[in-house]
Amino acid sequence: MKIYGWGKFPTVAAELFAPIDETALQEFIAEEQNRSIICRGAGRSYGDSSLAETIVSSRFLDSFAEFNSADAIVDCGAGVILGDILKLAIPKGLFLPVLPGTKTVSVGGAIAADIHGKNHHIDGCFSNFVISFNLLLASGEVIQCSQVKNTELFRATCGGMGLTGVILSARIQLEKVSSVTINQRSLVASDLDSCLDILDAHNESKYSVAWVDCLASKRSLGRSIVYLGEHGDDDNLQVRIRRSLSVPISTPSFLLNKYTMKAFNSSYFAIKGKNVDSRPVAYDSYFSPLDIIRNWNRLYGAKGFLQYQFVVPTEAGKAGLREVLTEVNSAGKGSFLAVLKRFGCANENLLSFPIEGYTLALDFKYEQNLMPLLSKLDKIVLANNGRIYLAKDARMDSATFKASYPKWEAFCELKRKIDPESRFRSLQSNRLGITAETTQ
Amino acid sequence: MKILIIGATSAIAKATARLYAEQGQEFFLVARNEERLLALANDLKVHGAGSVEHRTLDLTDTRRHQQTLDQAFDVLEHIDLVFICHGSLPDQEACESNFELAQQEIHLNGLSVISLLTILASKLKTQGSGTIATITSVAGDRGRQSNFVYGSAKSMVSTYLQGLRGKLLPFNVHVTDIRPGLVDSPMTAQFRKGALWSAPELVAQKIVKAIAKKQHTVYTPGYWRIIMTMVCSIPEILFKRLKI
Ligand SMILES: Cc1cc2nc3c(=O)[nH]c(=O)nc-3n(C[C@H](O)[C@H](O)[C@H](O)COP(=O)(O)OP(=O)(O)OC[C@H]3O[C@@H](n4cnc5c(N)ncnc54)[C@H](O)[C@@H]3O)c2cc1C
Ligand SMILES: NC(=O)c1ccc[n+]([C@@H]2O[C@H](COP(=O)([O-])OP(=O)(O)OC[C@H]3O[C@@H](n4cnc5c(N)ncnc54)[C@H](OP(=O)(O)O)[C@@H]3O)[C@@H](O)[C@H]2O)c1
Repeated sequence: MKIYGWGKFPTVAAELFAPIDETALQEFIAEEQNRSIICRGAGRSYGDSSLAETIVSSRFLDSFAEFNSADAIVDCGAGVILGDILKLAIPKGLFLPVLPGTKTVSVGGAIAADIHGKNHHIDGCFSNFVISFNLLLASGEVIQCSQVKNTELFRATCGGMGLTGVILSARIQLEKVSSVTINQRSLVASDLDSCLDILDAHNESKYSVAWVDCLASKRSLGRSIVYLGEHGDDDNLQVRIRRSLSVPISTPSFLLNKYTMKAFNSSYFAIKGKNVDSRPVAYDSYFSPLDIIRNWNRLYGAKGFLQYQFVVPTEAGKAGLREVLTEVNSAGKGSFLAVLKRFGCANENLLSFPIEGYTLALDFKYEQNLMPLLSKLDKIVLANNGRIYLAKDARMDSATFKASYPKWEAFCELKRKIDPESRFRSLQSNRLGITAETTQ
Repeated sequence: MKILIIGATSAIAKATARLYAEQGQEFFLVARNEERLLALANDLKVHGAGSVEHRTLDLTDTRRHQQTLDQAFDVLEHIDLVFICHGSLPDQEACESNFELAQQEIHLNGLSVISLLTILASKLKTQGSGTIATITSVAGDRGRQSNFVYGSAKSMVSTYLQGLRGKLLPFNVHVTDIRPGLVDSPMTAQFRKGALWSAPELVAQKIVKAIAKKQHTVYTPGYWRIIMTMVCSIPEILFKRLKI
C-alpha cells in the first residue's frame, strides 16, 4: 500500500497493520521479530517520521479509560484524537493546554513530536501536561513513564518521534477555562521588525501567532498580521461542530503558482490588514482555521508539498529570519502565508524542537529544484544556531540534524539500550542517522 | 433509552454506541472479548452513558443465548433497542472446498443471529414495544463469485427480518435491517481501501438516524442502494461471467 504523511512527500510502499487492541499490538511486536516498525497516529506529520516498510497504526487504541472532571485529568488510548478530547472536555469547563494548528492529531503523535501551540512562550510543550504514559518497548515489555518515573525514557519518548517504542495510552492534565471563546486582537505589522516587536511586547498574552506574507519583499519583507488571543469571560462552554468542506481530488499543482499566491496574499492583507480590537472568535477558528477544509493538502497537487519549520534563538532572531525570508523571496518560491511564533524556554527532553526564540513555518509545493533552496536555508538556520522541526521534516541531512540537536548522542545511547536491534525505525530515523540504514 | 448491543466490540457497534452514550442512554453489552468489552464499557461511561453492564459470550454458542438475553432483560428491565452487530468475513475460497468451514461461517453470520431473533421476538412481543436493528450486508443482495458464503448467510438474515417485521407489527415492535457497504473496520483490514470505503463513524451516524426514523431497510452510506440496484439489474447471463 502507498502511504505518505500530510505533505504527500515522500511516499512509501508499506504494509500497514492496525492491531485491534493493546494485546494484539503487543503480540504483533513479539511475533514479527524480523520486522522493523514505526507507529503511526493520525498521519498529520508532514514528512517521513511515520513512514517505514512496516507501519502499525494506533487507530484502534481509541478508547477513553477515564475522564476525571474534578482533577481535570483524562486517561485514554494513544490513538485518541485531540479533537475528540475537546468534545468531552469543553462542556465540563476544561480545555487542552496545548493545541497544534489542527485538531486531528493523535495523543501518541502529540507526545512523540512533543507538540507546541500558540502559547508555548507561556505554557511550554505538550509533555508538560503528560502525567504519564505506557510505553511498549521492543522487548515486549510495557512500562509506565512520567517526569518522576523512568524519567530518562520519558524525556526520550516526548519528542522521540516513535523511536523508543509504541505509546499505548496516556494520562493528560487538562486546563480549567471559564469560556472557550477566544478574544482575538489583530495587529498589523508592516515588516519583520515590527512583527517581532509586537510579539515581544505581548509576551504575556496567553496565545499569539503571526501570519506572514512571505511573498512581500524589500521594505515590506515580513509584513504580517499578529493575532493575540485570551480566553473570554462569556461562560461559553459549547463544542463547536463546523461542517467542513473537502477537497475531493488533488488539484493540478500549477494552479498554485507565484501569481495566484500573490493574488491570494494581497487580498488576504487587503481584507484582514487592519488593526482590530479584541473581539470574540470561536476557539477552532483561532487554533485550527484550516480544519474547515478537510484534505487541504490536496491543493498542492499530486506531487505534494513540504513544510519547512525552523526555530532560531532570540538573539539571532531578526537577522536569521530576514536572511531566510530574503532567500525564499529571491528564489520566487514562497508559499501562501507562513506562520511565525515566539517560543519560550527549551525543556529537558532529548529531541524536543522548541528553544527560546522565533519559529517560522513555510510551505513549499514539491518541485525538483526546491531541494537546493532548502539546503541553503539549512545553512542559514545552522549558522544562526537554530534547528528544524522533525514533525515537518522530510529531507534534512544527518549532519544538519546532529549539529542542531546536541542531545542526539544521548538519545542514540538510550535507544541502543532499549532497542539494540533498532526495531523501531522510520525513513526519517534512517536518513538522520539515528538508526543505521539497512535493508529489512 | 435502554439499549442491548450484541457483538458490541465491533467497530460499527462501538461508533454507534458512542453516539447513543452522548445522549446519556443505558447499555447492556454482549461480546466475546473481555478486554475490549471492559475498555468499551469505560469508554461509553466517559462519553456520557447512563449505565453500562456487560457479559462475555461466544455467540456461536447458541445454547447460552437464552441465559444471556434473560440477564439483559433482568438488568435493564425494559429494552427499547436491540442492536445485533457481530459477524465475520469468511475466506470464500477455503469455504468452497471445506463444508465444515462454510457451516461455521453460516452458523455465525446467519443462524446465530436467527437464534437471537427467535428469543428476542418473543421477549419484545411480551413487552409490547421496542426495535430490533440488525446489521446484515449489501453482500446479501446478490450472490457474487467472490463472496457468496457470507452473502448467503446475510441474505438469510435479511429474508428472515422481512418476515419477522410483519409478524411483530401487531405487537408494536419494529424491525430494521441495516446493510452497510464497504466499511473500514478490523474485519476488512486486509483490503486495499478506495473511494467507496467509509469510516465506521459515518456509518454509525446514519444508523442512529435510521433507527430513530424507524426505517425498514437501510443502506449506509445511502449511495449503496443505488449501487446495489445496479448490481441486481445486471442480467444473469452477463452477471455469471463477472468475477466480482
Ligand atoms: C495543519 C497542521 C498544523 C500543525 N500545527 C502544528 C503546531 O502548531 N504545532 C506542532 O507542534 N505541530 C503541528 N503540526 C504537526 C503535528 O502536530 C505533528 O506532526 C503530530 O506529531 C501529528 O500527530 P499524528 O497523530 O498525526 O502523528 P503521525 O503523523 O502519525 O506521527 C508523527 C510521529 O509520531 C509518532 N507516533 C505517532 N503515534 C505514536 C505512538 N502511539 N507511539 C509512539 N510514536 C507515535 C510517529 O512514529 C511519528 O514519528 C501540524 C500539522 C498539521 C497537518
Ligand atoms: N466492514 C464491512 O465492510 C462490512 C460491510 C457490510 C456488513 N458488515 C457487517 O457489520 C457488522 C460489524 O462488522 P465490523 O465491520 O464492525 O467489523 P468488526 O469490527 O470486525 O466486527 C465484527 C465483530 O463480530 C464479533 N464476532 C465475530 N465472531 C464472534 C463470535 N463467535 N462471538 C461473538 N462475537 C463475534 C467480533 O468480535 P471480536 O472483537 O471478539 O473478534 C467483532 O466484534 C458485521 O455483522 C459485518 O458482517 C461489515
